[in-house]
Amino acid sequence: MTAPVLDQNLLAGNPKRRNKEKTVGAIFTVAAGLSLVVSLLIVGSLVFKAGSFLGDLINPPEDALAETRDGMISLSNLWSEQWAPRFMQFDIKTLLVASIIVTIVAMAVAGPIGLGAAIYLSEYASPRVRRILKPVLEVLAGIPSVVLGFFALRWIGPNVVANMFESAGNQSLLAAGLGVGLLTIPLVASISEDAMRSVPNALREASAGLGARKFTTSTKIVLPAAVSGLVAAFIVATSRAIGETMVVFLAAGGSGNSAQFTLSPLDRGATMTAAMASQASGTDGTIVETAFNSLFFVGAVLFVITLTLNVIADRFVRRVRQQY
Amino acid sequence: MTEVRHMSVDETSTEDLVAEDSSVIMDVSDVSVYYGSFRAVRDVHMPVRQHEITAMIGPSGCGKSTLLRSLNRMNDLIEGARVEGMITYQGIDLYGPRVDPVEVRRRIGMVFQKPNPFPKSIEENITFGPRIAGIPKSEFPELVERSLRSAALWDEVKDRLNDSALGLSGGQQQRLCIARAIATKPDILLMDEPCSALDPIATGRIEDLMQELKSDYTIVIVTHNMQQAARVSDRCAFFTTEVDSVSDRRTGQLVEYDRTEKIFSNPADERTENYVTGRFG
Repeated sequence: MTAPVLDQNLLAGNPKRRNKEKTVGAIFTVAAGLSLVVSLLIVGSLVFKAGSFLGDLINPPEDALAETRDGMISLSNLWSEQWAPRFMQFDIKTLLVASIIVTIVAMAVAGPIGLGAAIYLSEYASPRVRRILKPVLEVLAGIPSVVLGFFALRWIGPNVVANMFESAGNQSLLAAGLGVGLLTIPLVASISEDAMRSVPNALREASAGLGARKFTTSTKIVLPAAVSGLVAAFIVATSRAIGETMVVFLAAGGSGNSAQFTLSPLDRGATMTAAMASQASGTDGTIVETAFNSLFFVGAVLFVITLTLNVIADRFVRRVRQQY
Repeated sequence: MTEVRHMSVDETSTEDLVAEDSSVIMDVSDVSVYYGSFRAVRDVHMPVRQHEITAMIGPSGCGKSTLLRSLNRMNDLIEGARVEGMITYQGIDLYGPRVDPVEVRRRIGMVFQKPNPFPKSIEENITFGPRIAGIPKSEFPELVERSLRSAALWDEVKDRLNDSALGLSGGQQQRLCIARAIATKPDILLMDEPCSALDPIATGRIEDLMQELKSDYTIVIVTHNMQQAARVSDRCAFFTTEVDSVSDRRTGQLVEYDRTEKIFSNPADERTENYVTGRFG
């Protein structure tokens, strides 16, 4: 009966503020939507242009046929002996194998060193050292790849690779792989360290309490417990290495003009990314549309590979999150 | 204050000390533990006797766990932790220059507050310690069974030794941790509030288990639960905190250490009496 009657205006709040809130929400929604739309448009144009490139191989236009030596173009041009878009030679395995070689070399460098650095930071370094080193590591991850590419071109190639192997020139897939490896070490170390830090300290204490030394605890308890995170780190780094462009463009020495198929890391070679870069920058001297569009086809292949790797890595990261 | 403590220890247990001196397996004398410049617990005298359960009770922050962790050098893992005074185990100074903390922990095992099984199978949890101690694999099956039986867990898990330990209940996990600790055949078992994360039924099982383990091991247990200390322990150390009027920091100190019956029925110190009768803490 005497209950106070609530004035409607008290709960209405300030309409200005409510409107402002709505506007801010709309701005962020647009920002999120825009980034999604842009990504979709990029993928769309990639697929569309790659499709029109494949269409050209099946139904070759006149200007493309004029560039060939034998006047023939078919899908088999995707599986020939070299990558030479100027002459309508689009051997995708030349690029694919070069990319794989560079990535294997890179991961052979970045995997062990990055993991070792992560174990040191997570298990051995004192909190003070870690506080200093972890940010330094993350800054290292931000070194522009062109700097490392130049380093690989001018120092790793001539002074390391050419010195160790007589048959190798100043530019080689090996030199590029080592450069990419250096580039990816901080990435491997940083993600692996995060994975290992997320292993609860209670497990380390339990292990130490049973008379395990630090090395045993690190390798038998912490590493297995963090394994999904470590695998994720490795996959993300692999995907980064495959997608790395500037280092291989500078140091691998394969011009997009004509790259020969090779299985030897000591040879020069063009990776998928390097071939795309040289074509996009026009150093290939391609004139016809069909040759230029091969760039999109390679891009689509690259996209599928890295997307697959990222999806797999994401699965592993989810698993490590669920575990504790 | 210090005066009172010395008196209570000396007066009440001189007889025991003389009679049972040879049974002292671990002696804590004049021990203070520091974290950096902060003294967490000071001037503790506490002989631990073989095949007894020694309980450490007292309010939060009085340094019981800190002291317990210094008994097998677990505090070495914490940066800045430091022990002053003397802790001897079978007459050997645990903090002596030639002592390897890893060897110490193999002989003085530990069970923690929260069950912390490894994310491995039940069997691998048990064999982890023996494996690193170099015990031949051929002995594992028997060792696994014996350890699990000692921890009263065998019947519940014997059919799923290869299942993940994380699938066990909290009480089972804690008994697994006890089984894991005794698989390395330690002399002394340190238990840091082993039942605080468990329900009353699981707690009861662990308390029964401690009574059984007593014949083979020496147990030092930290507990928040006074009834538990009264039920399970043979001797009881009561700690309290004193607040420094200048720095406002709390330092733990040992008030009274005696037979459990005496601590709970006729304590020498007023503070002990207030605590055990529930007037404080």
